[in-house]
Amino acid sequence: MKPSRSTLPGFSLAIAVLIAGLLLALTVGRYPVGLGDLFSVLAAKLGGHRADVPPAVESVILQVRGPRVLAAMLVGAALAVAGTAFQGLFRNPLVSPDILGASSGAALGAVIGIYLSLSVFAIQAVAFFGGLIAVAAVYIIGASVRSRDPILVLVLTGVVVGGLFGAGVGLVKYLADPYNQLPAMTFWLLGSLSSTTVPDLLPLFGPVALGTAVLVALRWRMNVMSLPEEEARALGVATGPLRVAIVAAATLVTSASVATAGIIGWVGLVVPHLARSLVGPDFAKLLPAAAILGGGYLLVIDTLARTLAQVEIPLGILTAVIGTPFFIWLLASMQKTWS
Amino acid sequence: MILEGQKLTIGYPDRVVGSGLDVRLENGEVLALLGPNGGGKTTLLKTLLGLLRPKAGEVRLGGAALSLRGIRQRAQLIAYVPQTHIATFAFPVETVVLMGRTAHGGLFARPTAKDRMVAMSALERLGIAQLAPRPYTMISGGERQLVLLARALAQEPQFIVLDEPTANLDFGNQGKVMREIRALAASGLGVLFTTHDPNHALRAADRACLLRGGEIVAEGRVRDILTQAQLEALYDAPVQMISGADGTAFVPG
Repeated sequence: MKPSRSTLPGFSLAIAVLIAGLLLALTVGRYPVGLGDLFSVLAAKLGGHRADVPPAVESVILQVRGPRVLAAMLVGAALAVAGTAFQGLFRNPLVSPDILGASSGAALGAVIGIYLSLSVFAIQAVAFFGGLIAVAAVYIIGASVRSRDPILVLVLTGVVVGGLFGAGVGLVKYLADPYNQLPAMTFWLLGSLSSTTVPDLLPLFGPVALGTAVLVALRWRMNVMSLPEEEARALGVATGPLRVAIVAAATLVTSASVATAGIIGWVGLVVPHLARSLVGPDFAKLLPAAAILGGGYLLVIDTLARTLAQVEIPLGILTAVIGTPFFIWLLASMQKTWS
Repeated sequence: MILEGQKLTIGYPDRVVGSGLDVRLENGEVLALLGPNGGGKTTLLKTLLGLLRPKAGEVRLGGAALSLRGIRQRAQLIAYVPQTHIATFAFPVETVVLMGRTAHGGLFARPTAKDRMVAMSALERLGIAQLAPRPYTMISGGERQLVLLARALAQEPQFIVLDEPTANLDFGNQGKVMREIRALAASGLGVLFTTHDPNHALRAADRACLLRGGEIVAEGRVRDILTQAQLEALYDAPVQMISGADGTAFVPG
């Protein structure tokens, strides 16, 4: 019987993880940078004068690692926020942004873009619309099937549509040029931030900020939406339109991050849980905590990805290695409280 | 204010559960809904709440069709106390009660200081203010039922509709909920509840409505219609009546 507690320690911990992740990501790597050099470069950049460090150090921090660090924070925050929204909406702590086909739709869009040798920006756009089309398909099919449990229908439709889009990805990979296109597709499908540059950041930031703003504005209604459907309606919440708005916002956020970084699974499942254990289930606090923690989490993962081995390890592989045992542990510990 | 269903046909998209139902509930009065499982009690309840559309007939609230009122306005007038359940997320009790204030705020609104005061006074009225900081998932079933009742009070409605409020409660808490239902009516609310125990209807309700096979088989003052013969016919089972100086009670025979 623990009493309701202050969320200050939880937020402090999340922010500490983010700061640690930032310092780690900017200093560790094939070209190690001292903390002193890092601070003098950042101070010089903010003050608008030249830093008293070798130009290579400044270039590593500002040109090489800087954009990648920003992208990792944004993608991690985006996936965590979307996962938080989906878990509340489906009243199930085991769902993640992949559940509505957002990831598989974006993946199919991206491999088609690579297959057609489109520009990087066009590939991102196609991936983005692939995600939206998949979710729209899931939603329309789910809504047209009459059932007393629309949530279950929606989740099952997501699995089925996700499977179909996955088959599409397999087909495009089968048809692709095995020397030029296939490696790019494979690498992208496993998730990576290694080629992130400054121009990538704006198309990532815009949709993530917009979707997150919608979710934050609806934070109290999202609390009520985590009650059973009829209870929420009896409390005066128009659950139907609100669900469309929340799904659209979370999908926008997911698609933008998939379009930039490829498929990075499990973040949207693991991080909302950690955030909930830090600050509790109230979305007013959970959403910012998940965003901060998600940013820090992916920074640490990305730093590991580029330093653990001689070659870069795809992000999706690392997040799966951490996420799978976490999911199994969650499943086992939830059976205790649910039964 | 009056909540009434006129010539209702109730059911789900694929089947009809009951038809020709007339129900009427006024402010300050308690109506108990009794009947065997599958008789249509819950379906009627949800139709009167506006959660299910009647397949024919009309639900009227305060002289206007319920369907013409927006979902928020409905929630400001009728509160629903569902059967207790385990929540997915461990919201503090205070937050659960605050959710009752949702209909009083706009789409992007957060609970205000006034909302918090209303929620706390609802908890105090039921004598469970000490539960406020505890996670809803960690309190007992009886406490949860009272918390859901507090949430309904925080809605500041004209009517409260309770689905089997005494199911899963121990003997002492059953009595407490019955007393609270009487007190709600005394303070001017109209209360409708379903129950499997005729004694609860005798104790807490002014009128009872007996529902069997989707039809109302009897309706009237509890003293008049809760008789041994009516109950035996309603449940198709023997019922014993025990009478004493303090009143009457029924036990399954």
